[in-house]
Order: sequence, then C-alpha cells, then structure tokens
Amino acid sequence: MIPRHFLIAIGVMLLSVLILGFYAGRMRGRATVPPSVAQDARPVAPPASGPSERVTLYVAYDDPGVLRAQGADIPLPSARQQRAEELLRVLLSTYLSKDSAHPLAPGSDVRSVYLVDPGLAVIDLNAAFANGHRSGVLEEELTVTSLIQTLTANIPGILRVKILVDGHERETLAGHADLSDFYDAIAVGQLAGQLQAGQ
Amino acid sequence: MAFSAEPHVPREWIIQARARLLSLFAPVLATLILVLTLPAGSADEKQIAVYGPNITYSLPVVDRENREYIGLLEVLEPLGTVTSRSDGLHWKLRYNDVDAEFVNLSPRAKIRGHDFDLGANFLLEQGRGLVPVASLNYILPRILGSAVAFNPASRRLFVGNIATHFTAQLSRTTPPRLVMTFTAPVNPTIGTEPGRLRMTFNREPLVPPGSATLTFNDPLIPSATYSELNGVSEISINGTVPLMASFSNDRRTITIAPTPQQVAAPPTPPAPAAVPPASTPSTPPAAVNPSITVIPPSRIYAVIDASHGGDDHGVTFNDKLAEKDVTLAIAHRIRQELEARNIPAQVIRDFDGNLSFDQRAILTNTAHPAIYIAVHAASSGKGVRLYTALLPAGGENNGPFIAWDTAQAGSLANSQAAAQAIGFELSKHQIQSRTLSAPLRPLNNVTAAAIAVEVAPPGTDVMDLTLPAYQQNVASAVATAIANNRDKLGAPR
Repeated sequence: MIPRHFLIAIGVMLLSVLILGFYAGRMRGRATVPPSVAQDARPVAPPASGPSERVTLYVAYDDPGVLRAQGADIPLPSARQQRAEELLRVLLSTYLSKDSAHPLAPGSDVRSVYLVDPGLAVIDLNAAFANGHRSGVLEEELTVTSLIQTLTANIPGILRVKILVDGHERETLAGHADLSDFYDAIAVGQLAGQLQAGQ
Repeated sequence: MAFSAEPHVPREWIIQARARLLSLFAPVLATLILVLTLPAGSADEKQIAVYGPNITYSLPVVDRENREYIGLLEVLEPLGTVTSRSDGLHWKLRYNDVDAEFVNLSPRAKIRGHDFDLGANFLLEQGRGLVPVASLNYILPRILGSAVAFNPASRRLFVGNIATHFTAQLSRTTPPRLVMTFTAPVNPTIGTEPGRLRMTFNREPLVPPGSATLTFNDPLIPSATYSELNGVSEISINGTVPLMASFSNDRRTITIAPTPQQVAAPPTPPAPAAVPPASTPSTPPAAVNPSITVIPPSRIYAVIDASHGGDDHGVTFNDKLAEKDVTLAIAHRIRQELEARNIPAQVIRDFDGNLSFDQRAILTNTAHPAIYIAVHAASSGKGVRLYTALLPAGGENNGPFIAWDTAQAGSLANSQAAAQAIGFELSKHQIQSRTLSAPLRPLNNVTAAAIAVEVAPPGTDVMDLTLPAYQQNVASAVATAIANNRDKLGAPR
C-alpha cells in the first residue's frame, strides 16, 4: 500500500514539471535571434563631421586587376589621425557596397590608424577584414596597395606603413600579401603606378 | 762530519701512515666509484626538457598525489635571479623583480599580486616548492613575462620564441639523398638499427613538421617519422637498405644516404671526415655509423617552390581543387622542362607538407641557385602574372651581413630581367602575361634572382588550371626563357 502523502507529493511534482515545461516553451517562443554581426556591413564608427574636402581614393578593380584614382568629396575631421581613419573607412565602404568591383568581406572595418612620427602609419584593421578576404596574390595586393596609397596620397608625411589585424601582427593577409614587414611608401607608390597602368 | 741525506724513518711509521692515508681516501674513492658507475639518468626517469634563450637543461619530474610535479625554483634558476624562502605553510619566491607566493597543500597562488589557481595543490617538501607540471603553461608566462609553450605529452618546455624547424627534401639522384635542413645547428645522437636510422635530439628545441610522417615514395628511403617523448625529440628515417648520415653547412644540414657498399656505383665516394662525430652514440656502438662528411654545395641552377602545402591550401578553388595541388603539379612540370634542357633543378616542396616562408628561403639560399621560381595559382584573370619582390622598408646591411627582409635587393635587377624574359616567352606561347612587383614572401628573402609565377586559367573555367596541356605550355615557356637567358642570370653561386 503506497502512503497517501507520498502520492500527493508525486502529484505535486508532476504538476510542477508540466507548468515549468509550459512556461519554458512560451519563453523560448518569445526569444528572438539577434542579427548576425558578420552580416552587418555598415561601418562601426559614427559618420565624421566637418567640412567636405576633396580627396583621392585609389580604388581596386578585380577585372582587369587595376587600381584607379577617383576623386571624392567627403567630410573629414580636423585631427590628422581621425582624418586618416575616416579616409580609410570611406574607402572600405566603397568595397562593401553591393556592386563593388573588388568586394571585401562583410563587416570589414578600420579599428584605428596610428600616426607615429617620424613618418610611420599603423593601420589596424578588424578580423572580419582579414579573415574574410579572398585569397590570391593579385586580390590581396590590390587591397593592400589601395589602402596604403589612399592613405599616403592624402595624409602627407607618411614614409612607412604597417598593417595590423585586430591589434596583432599577421604573417599574410590571406596567404599571399605580406603583412609582417613595414611597407615603404615610395615603393608602394611605384607599385600603384604599375597597377594603375594595368601593366 | 757526514750527514745522511734523508732522515731515518722507522718502517712501521711508514706502514701506519699509508694505512691512515688509505682510510682517509677510502670513502672518497668509494663515492667516486659509485658516482661513476651509476647511470647518469635512467631512460625511464621522467624529465622535462627546458629550452630557453641560450640554454637547454633537463629537470626530474616527481609523482605526488597521482600527479606529476616539478621544483619551481629549479625551473627558474637557470633563467634569471631567483630566491625563495619558507614561512610556515607559505613559500615565497622572487624571480628578478616578480614576487610569487604559494601555500602548502593549497591550489591557490599569488603571482604579481594576482590570485591564480594551479589546478592542484602546491607542495612544500623540506623547503622545496613543487608545482603541478600541468600548471607550468600558466604560471611561467606570468613569472617570466615572456611567451612559454609547454607540451605536457612530450614534457618539452619552450621559453620565449625559440624553436628549430627542419625540412626534409628527397633528392632523386642515384643513390637517393634525403637532405634535412635545420634552421639552427644541430648535434643529434645518431644510431642505426635494421630498417631505420634514428637521430635523437636531446638539446635542440626541435619542433615537429606539419605532419609527423613524411613520405618520399622512394624504394630505398620510403619515409621518415618525427616523435617526441620525455623531453627528447627523435627523427627516424626508414630505409630498406643501411643508411648513413652526413653533416654539412655548419651542422645545419644532415644528408641521409645509403651506405656506399649498398650502392652499385656510387657517383662520388664520401670525403674523409672533416669534423669530429656529432656525439657519442647512446645506441649500441657497433650499430652506429660514425661517418661524418662535408657535402659539397650542389650545383642546382633553379629552385622551384610549389607554394603553400600541408595545412596551407592557398586558394580553395572548389571542393576538389586547391592551389597547393596546382602549384605542385606545375612545379614538377617546370622541373622536367628545365632538366630536359640540361638545367639542374630542384622542387623544394615536393610533398604535401608545411614549409614556412623562412624555411623556403633558407632552403633556396643554401642551395645557391641562379634563380628561384615560386609557383602560385589563381582563379581570377587570365594567363600568367609574373611577380618580383616589392622590398619592404628598412633592412640595412651591416658589413658582410645582409638584412633578411631585403636580401633580394642585390638580385632585384636580375629578377626583373628574368620576369621580362619569361613574359616575352609566354607571349610567344600564346599565353597572356603581366609583370608586377608584389609584397610576396619569400621573394624578398632570397639572395638569388627570384620570381613568382601566378598561373590563372586560360579561360573562364577554373578547372582548366588542371589541364596538362596548359600546364605544360606554361612550364615550357618558363624553362625556355630561363635556358635562353642563362648567360644573363649567371651560374649557380
């Protein structure tokens, strides 16, 4: 014979399980999946304010594998470092557009640009930029040259450029373009000339 | 008056003095004999090998509470100034200017003022502080302030960015030669046994290659395996005939080849020993081949590098095709085409394994070729793109030493001339080409003329990269251009 109080306790426990299960099911239904960060192609930083200025962007085109100088009027802050960051963000935004001729990975962004005297610029890009970059000598070279040439052409006094990813040194961008060394601005300028000429 | 030259000493005194002397030295002699006859360390004794900057040492591991422990003071002593003192249950340690505190039978520790969990109890035994071996990976970086890598399975501890890499390349000559190139001088113990030659590295911070087993598809030297255990690493070369090892290049290169009597007609008998044997072998002496020779530099004219390999697939074209496979196929074709023109050539990544940029450059520079050709493949564009080095900023040469990052500077003009010549030949073969400079390692680290050949499909279908006729056409153009420009490129250095 099963004691009565034991039967009551079992009944209460079963009822509790049913109620909690129902509650959990409702809560789960209400939960929404947050949008994926990787799918967000918008720049992270707020848009810059300031008077519009004429700059030259060196934009890559995969077909036929060239770099083209393009004028653009964009608002730039007065501080040199913020100008550099904004300049590169504008450049990256051209690659993140739907009809880009040299598409970059969604979420690609410039974390910071550090200008260190005398003549050193350190471009710190985010992980989405490098991890999602297409692999290939020319594809990677076009990206690196575009970034460096745009920076050196519009921010005077830069002699050397170093590229970091998420604050860390990286051996290559996506298996080819070297990121372990410092880029010489003059040599990159000559390379940009070759790429513009479509040699 | 005459005097005796020596004072008279009774014979009993002499005997007694000798007995006293013997009784004094007897314990010392006994201890000496005991120490000399005891083995220096049993092979089964657990130990950790520590590889630090300019120092390598081994320390015993003790078992306590079913775990492996090691004396922390002993680990740190060779690396810097370290002191310790016991205060009841507390054991305080000071390494350079870093303080750490441990408590007996407690897993908690304090390093640089921060609490830290050792994962198991700290043990204080007669003033000696023992920490769990498994905790070394976590506590040492905090104490030393530098990178530490500890492999508990092999009990090898690397302090700082210290490592010796190696590559193995089978030269398909007659007889075959397995050339192992190390990034630093090595001094292994070499032993032979039926079917294999073993090289045991007791002091070198040797790190494993991409794959533990390297296969060479050769009937005489079919494979090699890398293993590491109890603080020791070992490379075992499997052979179907007895093998011998030769050292060269300041002990950075070890060449494994069949012993001369195994070869019907050896092309060149080994030179007499130029350097003393690497070390006294620990394996049975009768089985050891002590032959140490200096290998003359090869006369390889062109080094061909199949880019990527192993875990590095390069461009993934689709599920079935990766860049590393295309580069290997084209590299083989270029070698065949060069050899058909009597130009000695070598492929430095002749297997599906990892090779770092530095290793590729070292292999090339030590081969002293006239030209280095890196092969890449791409899906975008058409035809072939030829690259020469875009030299990075900096890199000042100091006297006879050439800066690594700009080692190519002296040969850049030759590289550009070679790229132009190949471009010209490609156009004659109806293949579209383009010549550019590129920030592409290891071009800038190579001291010879150095170019990269990036092969894109002839049309729009990426699978056309695998077409034998297309690969052969590209390879033929490259080889013809090099053959036609041998005078300009010069001889192997």
